[in-house]
Amino acid sequence: MKLAVLVNEGPYQHQAADSALQFTKAALEKGHEIFRVFFYHDGVHNGTRLGVPPQDDRNVTQQWSELAEKHNLDLVVCVAAAQRRGILDASEAKRHGKDADNIAPGFRISGLGQLIEAGIQAERLVVFGD
Amino acid sequence: MAEPWEEDEGPVKKFMYVNRKAPYGTIYALESLEVVLIAAAFDQDVSLAFLDDGVFQLKKGQDTGEIGVKNFSPTYRALEGYDIEKLYVEKESLEVRGLTADDLIVPVEVLSQDELSKLMDEQDVILSF
Repeated sequence: MKLAVLVNEGPYQHQAADSALQFTKAALEKGHEIFRVFFYHDGVHNGTRLGVPPQDDRNVTQQWSELAEKHNLDLVVCVAAAQRRGILDASEAKRHGKDADNIAPGFRISGLGQLIEAGIQAERLVVFGD
Repeated sequence: MAEPWEEDEGPVKKFMYVNRKAPYGTIYALESLEVVLIAAAFDQDVSLAFLDDGVFQLKKGQDTGEIGVKNFSPTYRALEGYDIEKLYVEKESLEVRGLTADDLIVPVEVLSQDELSKLMDEQDVILSF
């Protein structure tokens, strides 16, 4: 089945972020297609490469990045939600005159239209939130 | 065989945006509205449902002056201009909060929990905020 995933909560703060990651892994293992994973609300924090969780804990962002590389996943961070919360790629940082970017490997920043398109194209849109 | 949403020019699916949270205190309501405004450009069948504390999003007379947050409730009045006219409010959620449709800033259709759940069953995509 062609699936899309929406992640509405940040990592470590909320189980929804872990559940979305585990669901996506399980779906891929079962042979399902993941059309896109879209990060919204505090979910955009899943896409920062600057997080340093304790060594004996899971690294949610790194797991997304590895999964994206292995399966050519499309991980999209909402630009409006990301700007509010300080998640920037190089071009966004430049555009807003910021001295750094922090988007993690495998993630890209784009608009909310990507979420609607995922809802249209996928057979199921699975929402992980509070 | 083509799925129902694949007929005609392009795919048209039934999208329902479910608003369950109070307008202030968390950002869910505001960012949900931002999704709805984008969704309007996609020529899909869009409806909004308000339940639980989400019914407060449509309450008349919101004044956020003292909390330093923008009052975005006038935006709900602008939805009609985006051809978003299907607004459903759950009857039980209104009642337990002492509200009626007259307390809301836009015209809505008040549905019972059973009616709303049937409507949810008919949707292709439900985004719950």
